[in-house]
Amino acid sequence: MKHTCRKAFTDTLLELAKEDSRIVALTSDARGSAALNKFVEELPEQFIEVGIAEQNEVGVAAGASTCGLIPFVCAPAPFLSARSLEQIKVDAAYSNTNVKICGVSGGLSYGALGGSHHAIHDLAAIRPMENITVLVPADARETRWMTQAIARTKGPVYMRMGRNEVEDIYTEEDRKKFRLGKAICLKEGRDLTMIAAGELVCPALTAAKKLEACGISVRVLDMHTIKPLDEEAVQAAAQETKGIVTLEEHSIHGGLGGAVAEYTVQNCPVPMKIMGIPEGHVVAGETCDLFPYYGLDEESIAENTKEFWSTL
Amino acid sequence: MTVKELENKAKEIRRGILTMIYESEAGHIGGALSCCDILTALFYQIMNTDPGKPKDPDRDRFVLSKGHCVEGYYNILADKGYIRKEELKTFSQFQTRLIGHPNREIPGVEMNTGALGHGLSSACGMAKAGKMQKKDYRVYCLMGDGEQAEGSIWEAAMFASNYRLDNLYAILDRNTLQISGPTEQVMKLEPLKDKWQAFGFEVEQVDGNDMDKVLKAFDRLQKVNGKPKLILADTVKGKGISFMENNVKWHHGTLNQAEYEQALRELGKPDKGGEA
Repeated sequence: MKHTCRKAFTDTLLELAKEDSRIVALTSDARGSAALNKFVEELPEQFIEVGIAEQNEVGVAAGASTCGLIPFVCAPAPFLSARSLEQIKVDAAYSNTNVKICGVSGGLSYGALGGSHHAIHDLAAIRPMENITVLVPADARETRWMTQAIARTKGPVYMRMGRNEVEDIYTEEDRKKFRLGKAICLKEGRDLTMIAAGELVCPALTAAKKLEACGISVRVLDMHTIKPLDEEAVQAAAQETKGIVTLEEHSIHGGLGGAVAEYTVQNCPVPMKIMGIPEGHVVAGETCDLFPYYGLDEESIAENTKEFWSTL
Repeated sequence: MTVKELENKAKEIRRGILTMIYESEAGHIGGALSCCDILTALFYQIMNTDPGKPKDPDRDRFVLSKGHCVEGYYNILADKGYIRKEELKTFSQFQTRLIGHPNREIPGVEMNTGALGHGLSSACGMAKAGKMQKKDYRVYCLMGDGEQAEGSIWEAAMFASNYRLDNLYAILDRNTLQISGPTEQVMKLEPLKDKWQAFGFEVEQVDGNDMDKVLKAFDRLQKVNGKPKLILADTVKGKGISFMENNVKWHHGTLNQAEYEQALRELGKPDKGGEA
């Protein structure tokens, strides 16, 4: 089955907000994009429309959080993570406020709309900031567990979701496997480890299964928490398998691949391949075209991983 | 407190500002002096706060959007007992919490500021939260005039009037100088009163270094309902020290011993009728 993460997010947010009046949703004219219409209809008194003003949106949320509210800022990731970057840095991270910054339509979700609408630098920009937790859910259920977890955990969070439907990875029974800051092992393997986040977890898993047929045993980790990184899982991957492939819908600079490389190079050096979006001419298109173009579909992932394996 | 007592308190805070900057050889002296009377009015007369309960949910909130002008703020927090007076000596020193811009590690500080154009948004969030939770507290935000060029200020202004945040009091320290020179030469800001009125604020323009007038302006604004308020405070950068007044060199100048001694002489002792 396929579901959209942003819908799972706002459905969960609505449930939580019905139980806890401190939870409020803010948006910058993005009720539609953020799937907030139902929330607005059912809990108008817990909703704040800010207009197209992302800087003010984050500042207002930070201020409101100091007065006992738990604000969830819901807006398209490309604008939220870039236009209001200084507010995220100062009002959320540095001020260590209890603000949940939820970027929808992250990565290449708005691929056809061009570079202005791509959010492929957000993890690199926000990851180094103090205090802030950085999250990228892989499917709708994980989005739900993540939303519940951040609502009850104090501190600033940046959570980035995609726009489109994604294949379910988890079932309800998997719920106990989810903990903020702990990678989830989706497949055991001896030769290589794929560490993936967000919408690339699904193609990574499929590619890993294909590679099994070619005699390459691949471990697959869902690294839903980019920060704080599950160093233990990375260390185990580096020591128990011969190489690490990271996969993310993000620039190859400074995102998940960067986080894993920073850790391994200083603690447990291991050959790595970072799969993501290289710097260069921005290509527009739907994700079904862009993922293969950037080598992020299951066939390309399997092919490129095989090639990486051959160099080890 | 009487007006005379408040004027004397402002004088005492100015002495604190001079000493802090003289001893630490750091600070934004001109702006700290221009907004000193407003800060004194807020913390000793207008605002409902209890230094013993800095996290009281019903307290009035203060946000220093012009975060670089902390010296008066820190002196007031120490005088009121939020922090110990001896701690003032650590201002700008290695690993102090009394950093060159306010931060939430200090009791009595609501938001980390320093990047300009942020404070009014935070204050709007506090005011909106107050409305949503049906609380009676008020939120005060002190802005500089140079930062009026930041677009985010006007995003926040729109928000405040859209949500009729009559529990929000913005104060604009209009000292007409910013780091590179006169504001009107760096980036024309006028007509500021018209702009804030056009954005839906009830505006009172006053001499921001005249305690009596500042208090009366707050009095008048407190009677206005249904819209946010702004005190357009005409002030003098470096107010109270002849060689600093209206001189952009003192935006963040430090004092030598002779200047420090002269500045203290010019401030003089508290006038009769005030506190010793």
